[in-house]
Amino acid sequence: MAPSLEAQFHKDAAIKAGDLTHRDKILRAIGVNDEKIEALKASQFRDWEAARKLAGEIKDEAQARLPELLESFERGINARGGKVLWAEDAAEARHHVLEIARRHNARSFIKSKSMTTEELDLNEFLEGAGMKVFESDLGELIVQLAGQKPYHIITPAMHMSKDDIAKLFHEKLGSDRDAGAAELTMIARRLLRKEFVSADVGVTGANFLIADEGAVVVLENEGNARLAMACPRVHIAIGGIEKVLPRMSDLALFLPLLSTSGTGQQVTCYNSIVRGPRAEGEADGPEHFYVILLDNGRSRLYGREPFRQALRCIRCGACLNACPVFRAVGGHTYGTTYQGPIGSVITPHLRGNGQWHHLPYASSLCGSCTSVCPVNIDLHHLLLENRRDADERRELGRFWPLAMKAWAWVMARRERVEWAGRLARWGEGLTPLFVPRRKRKRIPPLARRSFAEEWRRHEHSR
Amino acid sequence: MSDRTVSLFIPCLVDQVYPEMGWAMVRVLRHLGYDVDYRPDQTCCGQPAFNAGQWEEARQVAGHCVKVFGDAATVVCPSGSCTAMIREFYPRLFEDDPSRTAAVRLGPKVREFSEFLHDQGAGDQLRASLRARVGFHNSCHGYRELGLRDEARSILERVDGLELVEAPGEPVCCGFGGLFSVKYDSIAAAMASTRLENFMKLEIELLVSNDPGCIMHMRQEAAENGFEPEILHLAELLERALNLKPAHA
Repeated sequence: MAPSLEAQFHKDAAIKAGDLTHRDKILRAIGVNDEKIEALKASQFRDWEAARKLAGEIKDEAQARLPELLESFERGINARGGKVLWAEDAAEARHHVLEIARRHNARSFIKSKSMTTEELDLNEFLEGAGMKVFESDLGELIVQLAGQKPYHIITPAMHMSKDDIAKLFHEKLGSDRDAGAAELTMIARRLLRKEFVSADVGVTGANFLIADEGAVVVLENEGNARLAMACPRVHIAIGGIEKVLPRMSDLALFLPLLSTSGTGQQVTCYNSIVRGPRAEGEADGPEHFYVILLDNGRSRLYGREPFRQALRCIRCGACLNACPVFRAVGGHTYGTTYQGPIGSVITPHLRGNGQWHHLPYASSLCGSCTSVCPVNIDLHHLLLENRRDADERRELGRFWPLAMKAWAWVMARRERVEWAGRLARWGEGLTPLFVPRRKRKRIPPLARRSFAEEWRRHEHSR
Repeated sequence: MSDRTVSLFIPCLVDQVYPEMGWAMVRVLRHLGYDVDYRPDQTCCGQPAFNAGQWEEARQVAGHCVKVFGDAATVVCPSGSCTAMIREFYPRLFEDDPSRTAAVRLGPKVREFSEFLHDQGAGDQLRASLRARVGFHNSCHGYRELGLRDEARSILERVDGLELVEAPGEPVCCGFGGLFSVKYDSIAAAMASTRLENFMKLEIELLVSNDPGCIMHMRQEAAENGFEPEILHLAELLERALNLKPAHA
């Protein structure tokens, strides 16, 4: 029998937490952007706190008007000859993609970076259906070649050093073992250019869906998403339903907000706004344009307070970078599409199968995530709400709920604390029988006498 | 009771494991001229059950706490975490509960120790001195839930001869997190080890914090990986700097 997701997480977390090479790589990768991001918050925004509060409010407005805005988006796209498809779950979205491929006799796909497509396991699915699929974002290509999943929402290959990548390219693409960063990038570029011009379908994600004008907005730094939209005959954009913004003008806030928090850039290098397939008289663009709007569990967050605010997320990855747990265990350990604090907030709801309750407990609740979130999601308090949810759904097994009940019973009366204290002191020598050594090291011995008892002795005679 | 009376909130961890931290707080408060009121019926703020997701159990314990301290004027607590539980989380915990009003009323009366000293302008009255290079670990609950920024620092800076140094990117979690450090001890240990390494680089002689939970976690990790500086509660440091500890204690 395969270990439970919880047991697997425990095991992987313990291994990564002790891996100092991993830690140093991650701390270095995160550290590079940390200072840039803080400086930009101060220079690019007159009042960063006000900006993120406003961004949260705009996203709340979008969620409050969600059905209306999505329909407005659909009308806009359809009016320009595009087609909007709705997918309730991953299977339906995959089905849409395959249908489109068949309709247009497509055999090959080029993808730009999209976490939403990771929810669909789209690469594996398409390859299984006999299609050729290439990731075109450099980081995504690296993890695809390595046979891995993205390590981080924004930085999929954060865990790999330049040397790791040189080795990987050497093995998979036959390049020089000692190739430098520039050389490695050129190797990827040469490989991908061919695929861009020959692929039948380009797949992108969607950073924002603009309701009033009907547009898909994609942010990137490498130009690969723009090529994936422009070169192939067919473009499919896949976005979660929560990505909708009411107005085109909202981008004035959201573009710098996302690039500041995500990568420490004033604005990302390429910001594409797509509203339909190639129109008459236009020089480039696809013949066919589809947008797949994905639910895949988002309605469960939508329908339950206080969790709806998690749908504000713009997938910037800032909470991962800030999280000391993420820094210790790394992205793959979570075993989820979305890692770090936001992943631990949304995954139990998105999956909805009662098997992810351990993630909200894998947090010291330090609140770093909440303090950096650009859309003001109360992340660490939602982790607490998730824990309560797990308890109410009785997903926590027997031991902890029972232990806590006993603890609460004792703590509800002082005289019980006194008795329990005496019992614990008498039985302290027996702990080796019950508590494994590894855990025992984390528990200090009890004081000879409690404060309460000392107070009685000393202060009585005062 | 005079208006110089303060009630002690003794966290369960201090009660059972670190009573000396409680006494240090008592001595510093008395030194500053406060009458200290200790309510022997107190137990705990209820946070362990709250963090475990078991809010029903948390309400049992928290309800007791509300009863014990209901008529106190000012409650001083040597932990940012317990203070945050009462002040920031009771309103949510008791949201649909009949005792909500009493629970919410208690919040503003509870002051974290460094916060209390700072609010009272105690820095000016302290004639403390301690020659040491000291690092300060600000607890996450104090910093992010209560919004405590420079309270402890402003007190420490008034101690003669004390050189306060800061680690970059402050404040970073030590990995305690209550239940978290029991359930996920390997992650919690790695976090503490990273935290202590950063302090080690600062070549400090003492590490001071305002939360017994953080202190316990860091002390246990320090014993594991040979971190030498002593780790003290702010109250313990002041007790030492004011020379308040009786010879027999």
